[in-house]
Amino acid sequence: MSDRGAPLPVTVNDLTYRVGGQVLLDIPSLEISQAWPTMILGPNGAGKSLLLRLLHGLIAPTSGTIRFNGQMAGGAVGRRQAMVFQKPVLLRRTVAANVNYALKVHDVARAERKGRISALLEQGGLSDHAGQPARTLSGGEQQRLAIVRALASDPDVLFLDEPTSSLDPSASLAIEDLIARAARGGAKVIMITHDLGLAQRLAGDIVFLHHGRVCEQTRAPEFFAHPKSHEAQAYLASKLVL
Amino acid sequence: MQDFAGTFAHSVGLILSGDAELWAVVLLSLKVSLLAVFASAVIGLPLGALLAVGRFRGRQAVIVLVNALMGLPPVVVGLSVYMILSNSGPLGVLQLLYTPTAMIIAQTILVAPIIAALTRELLEGLNNEYAEQLRSFGVSRMGVVATLLWDGRYGLSTALLAGFGRAIAEVGAVIIVGGNINHVTRVMTTTIALETSRGNLALAMALGVLLILLAIMVNASVAALGMSGRAAANV
Ligand SMILES: Nc1ncnc2c1ncn2[C@@H]1O[C@H](COP(=O)(O)OP(=O)(O)OP(=O)(O)O)[C@@H](O)[C@H]1O
Ligand SMILES: [Mg+2]
Repeated sequence: MSDRGAPLPVTVNDLTYRVGGQVLLDIPSLEISQAWPTMILGPNGAGKSLLLRLLHGLIAPTSGTIRFNGQMAGGAVGRRQAMVFQKPVLLRRTVAANVNYALKVHDVARAERKGRISALLEQGGLSDHAGQPARTLSGGEQQRLAIVRALASDPDVLFLDEPTSSLDPSASLAIEDLIARAARGGAKVIMITHDLGLAQRLAGDIVFLHHGRVCEQTRAPEFFAHPKSHEAQAYLASKLVL
Repeated sequence: MQDFAGTFAHSVGLILSGDAELWAVVLLSLKVSLLAVFASAVIGLPLGALLAVGRFRGRQAVIVLVNALMGLPPVVVGLSVYMILSNSGPLGVLQLLYTPTAMIIAQTILVAPIIAALTRELLEGLNNEYAEQLRSFGVSRMGVVATLLWDGRYGLSTALLAGFGRAIAEVGAVIIVGGNINHVTRVMTTTIALETSRGNLALAMALGVLLILLAIMVNASVAALGMSGRAAANV
């Protein structure tokens, strides 16, 4: 699959994250393997986004450790990773310049960038918007740009925080295809989503969070057929009703 | 008292005829103020950026200080620079008193805090938005500063123009440290003060008209920048 050396597994030990006196995350132990895309599911406010930012090294845990194949999260490990935020952060530049920026900070030679930019914009269905200021894009277009910009650095680990939340069905499928391709290309995908169809199609395993705790980590087919935890059962039941 | 219409006509005549004395004063004004804004930008932009992204002890105190310096009374700045540059002062050996350089120094002290404070405010807002994304990209601290300065360039140009507006209209500091010497340190504002007291109202009024035109141009540039900035959807 990948020839760049396994950056995984992620090993989480005795992790807590507190703000004020409040415990927002408490994960005694969690291991995420390289094998397949991992989806993080759970209700609003469960701590999914916090966990992703901790894994990517953007915030430091109050206590505990996160290691990627033995190395601490963030720093040099973080540089080989990319993240798409729940609210896309686009630079005040054109669409093409946003992708160019990501390529440049990852030391892609200038001569190579032009071709890569048009290929990436093509993949995101944004070719017609190359010269447009990024912040005038529609919500879905912004999300697509954030995703192809994250793919620009060809990351080892791709963190995605609800990347399809404002996409129309066909854009959603196109992005799903991009993510699946990145995964087949050897990138480890760790993704938060509320789209259960997408999770069923892409996920290898599911990490289910509730109130800052991991209720269960299960292979995807099993999770959707027979969720073990009471919380996941309730979540799936309400999702199916909706 | 001369009649107003006659004086005004005379002053317009001075402007249109390209009166050498008048234009020498205007050019010196522009030179001094532009150089002061340049020096203030060299100091204020990095200082403001540092205060916006840096997390060091005493940062809050420096921010309060810079904001306070924005409101410095020009005559007090003039007096301080005068004492430092005068023969008995610490930098007296440089012989800078009553030179355009002294005026540039005084104006820089007035303008640099304005540019630093506006830069800090602007870039701090931008940094709040960008910080995590740039960290995710693995951008270095210097790279973050460069990105913020570039993406904030429209707002920052407005800060520079505001600084220029303050410099060119300022009289209290430059008259003290420049001495208002004919052909050497006489700028628009100091000339207006002097010629008015001498009763040479035509020259004073001509300079006043030009000063107002400059102010209008500065404000029009600020407005135009604001518009092109928004048009680029940068804000
Ligand atoms: N800095 C903070 N201070 C206080 N509370 C915080 C802070 N950051 C996050 N929280 C709280 O932590 C909880 C988890 O937040 P998080 O953003 O991880 O939720 P989430 O699982 O991603 O939810 P959603 O599905 O709505 O995106 C929320 O209740 C949130 O209000
Ligand atoms: Mg979230």
